[in-house]
Amino acid sequence: MVGSVIEVENLHKRYGGTVAVEDVSFTVAQGEIFGILGRNGAGKTTTVECLVGLRTPDRGRIRVLGRDPRRGHAELTRRVGVQLQDSQLPERLRVGEAMRLYQSFYPDPADSRELLAQLGLAGREKTPYGKLSGGQKQRLAIALALIGRPRIAVLDELTTGLDPHARRDTWDLIAGVRASGVTIVLVTHFMPEAERLCDRIALIDAGRVLVTGTPAELVERAGQSTLEDAFVTLTGRTS
Amino acid sequence: MTTLTLTELKLFLRERSGPAFGVGLPLLLLIIFGNLPFYNRPRSEFGGLTLLDTYVPILVAFVLAMLALNVLPPVLAGYREKGVLRRLRTTPVGPVRVLAAQLIVMLLTAAVAVAALLLVARFAFGVVLPRQLAGFLLTTLLAALALMGVGLLVTAAAPGGRAANALGAVVFYPMVFLGGLFLPIPAMPATLRRVSHATPMGAAVTAMQDATNGHWPHWLALVTLVAWAAGAAVAAARLFRWE
Repeated sequence: MVGSVIEVENLHKRYGGTVAVEDVSFTVAQGEIFGILGRNGAGKTTTVECLVGLRTPDRGRIRVLGRDPRRGHAELTRRVGVQLQDSQLPERLRVGEAMRLYQSFYPDPADSRELLAQLGLAGREKTPYGKLSGGQKQRLAIALALIGRPRIAVLDELTTGLDPHARRDTWDLIAGVRASGVTIVLVTHFMPEAERLCDRIALIDAGRVLVTGTPAELVERAGQSTLEDAFVTLTGRTS
Repeated sequence: MTTLTLTELKLFLRERSGPAFGVGLPLLLLIIFGNLPFYNRPRSEFGGLTLLDTYVPILVAFVLAMLALNVLPPVLAGYREKGVLRRLRTTPVGPVRVLAAQLIVMLLTAAVAVAALLLVARFAFGVVLPRQLAGFLLTTLLAALALMGVGLLVTAAAPGGRAANALGAVVFYPMVFLGGLFLPIPAMPATLRRVSHATPMGAAVTAMQDATNGHWPHWLALVTLVAWAAGAAVAAARLFRWE
């Protein structure tokens, strides 16, 4: 695909005897918001971990900005911002200190105040991480994913734990980040989020891509009226 | 790297238990021992030195063991458990530099604590400074590296912060015993003394006591420390997992 920034071909990953990802392929175009959807345990997070070089695939080929995520890891860390599930900061580290620390990692970091304000964390600079609410921790993780002015942002469970207002603000922020030319990979099982934000979606089930397309295409293909119904229909094996 | 080290230093000071155990406790022990007449009598079995004279090197080694085995492992294992290191793997700095920053903080703290011990011992209790100062400082540095290596090995072997705390303590007590904290090395039975000399604490204390008395530390003690530092570092690097 012309202008693609991520290419995944026949990705396969197993942990011992358990297959986490059977066979996953997709392409993400420059400037796109690409959703990876699936039920719990479908293989979304493993796919993303291979994408950002945290895990080595057993088979398959991945290219991010033309590079292999493992061999090109050092180079890619400068251009790919990541928000991970279940990744915390030291309890006593303050918000402002965390931002300054992560700013020091990148050659041309974004403005910390502006980013915190956009994420509703203005005035929280002196709050220790351990005293933040779940939603605030989540928003700080998003801020840290964007602090290095990445070309690609990989966000795993973007708005999990956020209240409806914070969720909408975060959606607006992500739309704004994309408008500045950043490609976004969004892992989610929250359908309104995918419907609202994603240009295209890969629906993953039991380690395989069931279908790739725009939210409207997925809805039509499932013969349903909403993405949520389409999701249930398409992944609807009795488990 | 500077921001990272300063951040780790701030967190270390904010945590308070690190400075308290690494600097405060050894100083407190020195002050208690220093005020007991029992420790201040010249003894013929120590060549006319007081018990306190022989205890200063032990307390210096105690500082190093405390930081390396009781302070460092819970912090690093906690970072791994909470995904701090995993997140850092996706940034240009990577997790190795956090380890390096932590070691720098530990070495700085050790330097402050050792300087404080030697000066308080000298000026409050009249213990002479090590006569072979260069040998003493070299031994201190090698002992710090050997014990930090063991601390990293403890971190690598422990699954989480709490386990690292427990495992660190399990290694710590035999180590300080063999370093002569409860029973001075010269007073140990011959077999125990030989075991002691093979451990980082025993080798360090023996070498420091040589340096205190004005001799260059025995090369065997220094080689023992280097071997521990290298061996533990290699083993830790093989065992260490970022998540």
